[in-house]
Amino acid sequence: MVKLKEVLESCQEEYFLPGNSCCAGCGLEIALRWAMKALGHNTALVTPASCLNVVIGLWPKTAPNFPFTNMAFAAAAAAATGMEAAFKAKAHRFPNRGWDEITALVFAGDGGTADIGIQGLSGAAERNSNIIYVCYDNEAYMNTGIQRSSSTPHGAITTTTTKGKERYKKNLPGILAAHEIPYVATCSISEPLDLYDKFKKAKSIKGCKYIHILAPCPPGWGYQSEESIEVARLAVKTGTWILYEVENGIMTLSKKSKSLLDPSKRAPLIDYLSKQKRFSQISEKDLIELQEIIDHNWERINVELSCQEQYLK
Amino acid sequence: MVEAQQDFIQERETKIIKGNEAAAYAAKSARVQVISAYPITPQTTVVEKLSEFADNGEMPGTQYIKMESEHSVFAAVIGASKAGTRTFTATSGQGIFYAHEMIHWAAGARLPIVVAIASRGPAPPWNIWADFTDVLSQRDTGWMSSFCASHQEIYDEILMSYKVCEDHEILLPKFVAYGGFILSHTSKPVIIEDQDLVDKYLPSLPSEEGWPHIWMDPKRPMMFGNLIMPSGFYYEFRMKIHDAFIQAKEKIKNATKEFENIFGRHYGNGLIQEYRMDDAKVGVLIYGDLALQMEQAVDDVREEGYKVGMIKLRHFRPFPVEDIINSMKKVEIIGVIDRATAFGSQTGGPVSGEVKSALHEINGAPKVLSIINGLGGREVSLEQQKNQLKMLVKFKETGELPKDMIHGTLWDGLLEVE
Repeated sequence: MVKLKEVLESCQEEYFLPGNSCCAGCGLEIALRWAMKALGHNTALVTPASCLNVVIGLWPKTAPNFPFTNMAFAAAAAAATGMEAAFKAKAHRFPNRGWDEITALVFAGDGGTADIGIQGLSGAAERNSNIIYVCYDNEAYMNTGIQRSSSTPHGAITTTTTKGKERYKKNLPGILAAHEIPYVATCSISEPLDLYDKFKKAKSIKGCKYIHILAPCPPGWGYQSEESIEVARLAVKTGTWILYEVENGIMTLSKKSKSLLDPSKRAPLIDYLSKQKRFSQISEKDLIELQEIIDHNWERINVELSCQEQYLK
Repeated sequence: MVEAQQDFIQERETKIIKGNEAAAYAAKSARVQVISAYPITPQTTVVEKLSEFADNGEMPGTQYIKMESEHSVFAAVIGASKAGTRTFTATSGQGIFYAHEMIHWAAGARLPIVVAIASRGPAPPWNIWADFTDVLSQRDTGWMSSFCASHQEIYDEILMSYKVCEDHEILLPKFVAYGGFILSHTSKPVIIEDQDLVDKYLPSLPSEEGWPHIWMDPKRPMMFGNLIMPSGFYYEFRMKIHDAFIQAKEKIKNATKEFENIFGRHYGNGLIQEYRMDDAKVGVLIYGDLALQMEQAVDDVREEGYKVGMIKLRHFRPFPVEDIINSMKKVEIIGVIDRATAFGSQTGGPVSGEVKSALHEINGAPKVLSIINGLGGREVSLEQQKNQLKMLVKFKETGELPKDMIHGTLWDGLLEVE
């Protein structure tokens, strides 16, 4: 993994500038800042309807210091695909001018990815469009006022699941991995160096790359804004959010999650839940159920890794 | 995959091809740089022909993306056009409806995207045959729209469209519509023009900087489309779109004239095309492929001694108000024939309603009779069109209208229902 000192030395430049209108402690802001530190200025971003649409600043103000276009909710992956095709066409017409070296990037929320945007994303993945698609996952429709999405976890209170969500969080990285694209990774804003490395790697790979970042939301999850990193870290430590990469079909657990294959190494789930108001009404039964989901997810990864080991032998 | 050519190669050549293929040839002649497509009947042979061109290396440098839906098709050409390339796609009926959100988006972003539409009737019940409700229902999206009456006109109109759309004072997207199956799937001789001549006619492909108002370029980082408060310029941007439409009328006339000078084919003034209107007492305004057959009907009815004429409406948006008024003043009675619906409007037909509104308070304006026919591909025979003309003549001579009008509109060719 890259060293912090190295990153701080080589990535002084900020691409998502101060003065943006993110809430204090916004997970999205941290995610985008660090992603852009890894990708650099030669990046063109498409964002569908999401918090990002708004926090970039009201016209004519703008916080991103790189090409940035807003796009309709369901259309980000397709628009990035078209944009990337245009770069290729321009590279043909204006060769050796760097047009084909621009990274086409999507930054979408979990609603724009797991719900309304999944068809376009699946299409881009199947075509292996040469884009990096990022889902910053704050586990609900935060921009419109904390309504449940298919990425909201079981038991979480939102404005449309007032007694806690009954259904479970959709496994988006798993769905993308099933598309057999060259690169899928999960990140957490609590692990910026891991995130930085994964974006560096994604940038170097041709084809469709998918990165899913857990990006806690202070007002949406109900915790103090200074606790964002801590909450994200607990999501990883409790094994609720698992950090891994799937590169050409081969899964690798990332450093912070590796040891958690052993259940005894995972922090108690309640440490994570008790920090957040959205789980304040959670019942004993739901707590057990959530723990079972986590254990089940790990079991599945365990099986996958064993199968992989056999196969690689 | 065959090895790509160095450049687009095309000598002037008459080919017997389907209307859809004429659309594909036009896109190729226009050297489109990015194509995105999703198949829908009756547009499919457009995208098939383009695949053939791309796979045979006949469009060097052109990127062809096969999308997973029309919503994504339009999103992709929007992304590609924003980045400063000439783009093309084709669709029909349900595809337009599915992409409606992106259709608004393309116009709001002022992107000169040209889209061929093999028009078909909206479902349910399922319908895949000629009906212009699909494109006419996009009236207020900010897209220009035109109709083709012949195979050749599909090819020609797509070329003319790029010229108008990419004019830096216009920068609007455009639909070029033609009747599903009637033109899309029948074959006729079509002249495919010499590449050098087309290059001479069309504006050059966008420069490296792209369009003057929108670009995606790390050397010139810029934000596009972010939220704008009511006190911002949203309102003014919208006014500018309307203003561009009005300016486009003259641009369309010029592009049509220049086209005629270079290629020798005549399309009226581009907005409308008159047929034997000068001494006519009674006329019809009609659009799409039915206009071609109506020329024959006009000739035949004239043989019988009645002075009838026809206005072919080429553009629906911008709507040629002045030209329609001037042309219609020549006659006392005008029948406006829609192959589309505008339910609950004044007349039930989208174009007849527009015409009535254009003629409102005009001295010497003719009486307008609204006619709807051929919905969902229902056959409209030459005999039927002759009868429409004769009915209008009778109305002029006796003041007598058909007895079976429905809410003031003649729904011609309805089946008898008990």
